[in-house]
Amino acid sequence: MSTTDTGTTEGPADAPTTPGFQVDPRALTPLADARVDVELDTGDMILNMGPQHPATHGTLRLVVRLDGERVVSADPVIGYMHRGYEKLAEFRTYPQVTTLINRIDWLSSFANEVPFLEAAEKLMEVEAPPRAKYIRTILTELSRIATFLLFLGEMGLQVGALTPAFYGFRDREHILNLIEAVTGGRFHPNFNRIGGVKDDLPWGWLAECRSAMKIVFDGCDVFEDLVLGNEIFAARCKGVGIIPAELGAAYGVSGSNLRASGVDWDLRRDGEPYLAYPDLDFKVWTHPDGDSFARYWVRLQETRESARMVLQCLDAIPAGAVMAKVPLIIKVPAGEIWVETENPLGQMGYYVVSKGATGPFRVKIRSASFSNVSILPWLLRGVYVPDIITILAGLYFILGDIDR
Amino acid sequence: MPDETPPDAPVAETEPAEAPPALSVKQEAVLARLAEHLGDAVIECVPLFTDVVARVQPDAWPRVADVAKEHLDCDYLSFISGIDWAPAPKEGDEGSSDTSSPVQPTEMTFGVAGSAGRFQVFAHVQSTQRHWGVTFKVDLDEADPHIASWVPVYPGADWHERECREMFGFVFDGHPSLRPLYLPADFEGHPLRKDFPLLARVVKPWPGLVDVEAMPSEPEAAASESEAST
Repeated sequence: MSTTDTGTTEGPADAPTTPGFQVDPRALTPLADARVDVELDTGDMILNMGPQHPATHGTLRLVVRLDGERVVSADPVIGYMHRGYEKLAEFRTYPQVTTLINRIDWLSSFANEVPFLEAAEKLMEVEAPPRAKYIRTILTELSRIATFLLFLGEMGLQVGALTPAFYGFRDREHILNLIEAVTGGRFHPNFNRIGGVKDDLPWGWLAECRSAMKIVFDGCDVFEDLVLGNEIFAARCKGVGIIPAELGAAYGVSGSNLRASGVDWDLRRDGEPYLAYPDLDFKVWTHPDGDSFARYWVRLQETRESARMVLQCLDAIPAGAVMAKVPLIIKVPAGEIWVETENPLGQMGYYVVSKGATGPFRVKIRSASFSNVSILPWLLRGVYVPDIITILAGLYFILGDIDR
Repeated sequence: MPDETPPDAPVAETEPAEAPPALSVKQEAVLARLAEHLGDAVIECVPLFTDVVARVQPDAWPRVADVAKEHLDCDYLSFISGIDWAPAPKEGDEGSSDTSSPVQPTEMTFGVAGSAGRFQVFAHVQSTQRHWGVTFKVDLDEADPHIASWVPVYPGADWHERECREMFGFVFDGHPSLRPLYLPADFEGHPLRKDFPLLARVVKPWPGLVDVEAMPSEPEAAASESEAST
């Protein structure tokens, strides 16, 4: 390309499609003599994001190859927090494994426990009493609300709006207090037992929970106005990081991320019946767009839906025991089972192989974030640097859930 | 159910108990489609709780992925992983009073749908439309464990197979790059194999009384005696 064909070239119209950097001819016109017969060879730049980058929520490292502002390729490097839970679980008894899996997705620890306990219970042919199932349902939904409230606030933070983060943390605190009141732990409840839950709900808790749900609804309204209604937020998120439904499914992307791509699939409704979900009346929200904005929108609706589900549970919770009769030393009969549930971050499943001992022979932990993040190399190709942050925040992953 | 059946020999009692598990509509559909499209590539097909487990011929593994996606409508890849059926290494001493660690059987037994040897790869796929799922198992050669990659069909298989490669040492033919995913590049061994010791336990037995250290003032003998008694 030389200065002589200034008139014929259309300039920037075709520029962005090719990976090589093209010089806009008009920029060269003043320097008529400098016949720069070049493609300016700008070497690709390697940008290391993390393992301590604030946008990565932990020790995710992204090695991004940049051409100017544009990502040529991205390679997520994980494993900085790999704790080897699949190996450790083989050396633990069933009740001890619960403590480990609490730490997989530490924002919604309670929800992690449920599928593993369901697996052990099904193999043992033990069923938790109805009240225990309701308590589990309530606590699962509460951890979902807590997780999503943090997301709703933090997503704003990632695109430069500081205010929503405060609201997110503030409202989440109410939920954590509720979880703490029942289980004694804000983050790692370890409250599930094979055959039920450890304790009944404390006095007055139901009323307190009901009033906290009011706070959640109000908080969601605030987020809707403050974030979704924000022009800048929409400009940063709409059309960014679009996951096509088919590709997302083939990558194993699940949960709200997949529903934001228009896949109407929620294990609470469509999977094998578990906990009290068959008794509840709820809507599965989907969004056709599949971009970061859609993911925010879906999570916002699901937060409200979860609060509605909690209220339904509070109305319908039956009386009775919270523990089924189980032997003192828990031995799970030989067998195999695959149990998965709809967790806040997506579908979480355990493939448990038992050989009749007090501990599992092999546990395959299928965590949601691992598959959600595995689409990043595809998703980040060709986006601009600031969009990386938006996409990472919109996918919403927890490092412990990736590395296990 | 035991009240209705007359007290019989225990063998006779277990047989009717195994026959009834009525297949759900989904399971029947999956089994029918598996039989139609995979035919004799399926070695064994077992309904497992609400799921179906199918063990297939190793050379049919790439075709299985195609069939799962095209004919079973399983567009969603849940996971791919491996399993080592070798007996778990014995932990601690023979007469140890430590009961907190599970004691696994010492002979090699196989799980649902069986296995030809020590190593197996299993994968779970699901249908987002029909809401059913299938677990496929495939046997691997013990001396040279390798199997075809599923990446061409399910791009999400990439990371799962990389993880499986480093954890079990299984090679996936046709995978774009089997770099380590979690572990450092120079890590030796395959941690999820049963013969790979859990180093933390080797260094220090787990848990309980052996954790109690003797007070500095106590003589050495007392410490070693209390250790021996546990």
